[in-house]
Amino acid sequence: MSDLLSVDHLSRRFTNAGLFQKRQVFHAVSDVSFTLARGQILGVVGESGCGKSTLARLILRLIQPSEGSVWFDGIDMASLSRADLRRLRQRMQLVFQDPYSAIDPRYRVRDALLEPFKVQGVKLKSADATVASLLEMVGLNPALTHSYPHQLSGGQKQRIGIARALALNPSLVVLDEPTASLDVSVQAQIIALLNRLRESLGLTYLFISHDLGLVRYFCDKILVMYLGRIVEIMPSDALPAHPYTRALLDSTFEPDPRQRRTIARLSGEIPSGYNPPPGCAFAARCPRVSGLCRTTLPPLQPLTDRHQAACHHPLAGEARPETVQQIDTRLSAVP
Amino acid sequence: MKALHALPVIKTLASVKGSIAAAYLLLLIVGAVFAPWLSPYPYDQQDLTIMNQPPSMTHLMGTDEFGRDVLSRLITGARTSLSVSVTAISVSVLSGLILGAVCGYFGGTFDRVVMIAVDLTWSFPEILIALMLVAIIGPGLQGVVLAIAIAYLAQFTRLTRTQVMVLKGETFVEATVNLGAGHTHILFAHLLPNVLAPVLVAAMLATGDAIILEATLGFFGLGAQPPTPSWGAMMSSGTAQLFIAPWVILLPGLAVALTVIFLNLFGDAIIAALDIRTKLREA
Repeated sequence: MSDLLSVDHLSRRFTNAGLFQKRQVFHAVSDVSFTLARGQILGVVGESGCGKSTLARLILRLIQPSEGSVWFDGIDMASLSRADLRRLRQRMQLVFQDPYSAIDPRYRVRDALLEPFKVQGVKLKSADATVASLLEMVGLNPALTHSYPHQLSGGQKQRIGIARALALNPSLVVLDEPTASLDVSVQAQIIALLNRLRESLGLTYLFISHDLGLVRYFCDKILVMYLGRIVEIMPSDALPAHPYTRALLDSTFEPDPRQRRTIARLSGEIPSGYNPPPGCAFAARCPRVSGLCRTTLPPLQPLTDRHQAACHHPLAGEARPETVQQIDTRLSAVP
Repeated sequence: MKALHALPVIKTLASVKGSIAAAYLLLLIVGAVFAPWLSPYPYDQQDLTIMNQPPSMTHLMGTDEFGRDVLSRLITGARTSLSVSVTAISVSVLSGLILGAVCGYFGGTFDRVVMIAVDLTWSFPEILIALMLVAIIGPGLQGVVLAIAIAYLAQFTRLTRTQVMVLKGETFVEATVNLGAGHTHILFAHLLPNVLAPVLVAAMLATGDAIILEATLGFFGLGAQPPTPSWGAMMSSGTAQLFIAPWVILLPGLAVALTVIFLNLFGDAIIAALDIRTKLREA
């Protein structure tokens, strides 16, 4: 099976150059490498500000990387001309976190859904039929064709966002926290819709989220980020080896009060991306920290053939085996 | 759904301010357009036997120092005032939209240079720029149009630029880039349509100021040249007989004041109506 997406040592630094300020460099994404096979779902998890969204935009080349390369279906994205890149964009689409601002307020549903074809210069046999089939695909009433975004609910807008992303029949869809700004019940519907669409259209997803529970349920493979770096890459049913992933997993919400545990909360904050520490970025908050962690950056090391962690003192078999099952039942209860 | 989009227009016309202002402005525009047919006498017909006559049944607004009918001159003067200020503001809005959009969207050195130039014009009072330009070009309506256009250019360029810079960061613009759109599509299909509403409201308010500026230049004898009537020029010639025939100066002055007041009221009504719409959008 060939990899649809291959990311190689990708880094992005932002320079803050104010007129009277000292020049500061922000390390948003540092040395990220991974591959994504066709038809798979890769989850990217991490706290706010860990570089998840920057990573998504680097992959889609909405921003330029400082170092490293992105290969999409065997093509080096950096080698493309502007025109070729614009043409390639139809094969890789993005669904946004905030459906409220993702559609031009002056565009009716119909205009928003036809825009991809207009931009790519695709001639349609029947615009009405295309809009109707796109709406049907995402489970929306065709009567909404002439509605303005402000007349739609958040969930409806997100479905329009998904329909627009899928209009040009892409191979890769990057989902940037597509459920983060929606109600819980609507979240489950959107996840179910995404699952159905992936199966029927053979899509490959890069799913960005801060909800490890959701990612474990939805994805095949999980990539955990902390301060712009990958701390762990693991199959979604594996037990976390990195203490940070473990802490994230412990913080997933448990609906059943009898099942709730006392959580070892993380204290402290993420170090600043302006001045990353020389050692492990998680060292200041880690319960298993040693002197080595503060001085030496742990490399991403393989634990098994599908599991890698960047930790000097990885955990082994200490997670609760019931967790995945619980999340499974929680989410499958929703239609 | 159509009705919802037409709502600002309805709201504007339905409000007390908006409807009165719209009625006055409509009357003014009709008067200006059909001036040759509506005015009771030719505006330049002199009759020295009836100099400085007060308003009467034959001359509803009296006559001036050459025995010309003030009402006819007022109606024809509306033509000058409106066409000059509307043309000037249109030129200003159009250039401001283009300059502001390019500066806001692309930024860089061009943006910085244009902004310095634009801010420079902003640091002088409008009347000073206008006087300076008319002094260079020479008196006449073209000079006045250009002077007013340049005097208000900064306002529209700044407004467009700021709006474009804000909109550029919106998610829907990123979404369009990600669909493979180029700069032209983003500018013309997303940015400019969203900038248009606030710019047009600002243009409406600026037209009121432009009428005053036109009248001021006319008063100084720098605008329309005799015998073409303009409200400012009429007031200027009226100063000489302020105590003999006050209507010659007061009536064009009233016309300027009313027009500016109603343009502002109309602008206010539009702003109020648009605010209601944004509230609707959030709901």
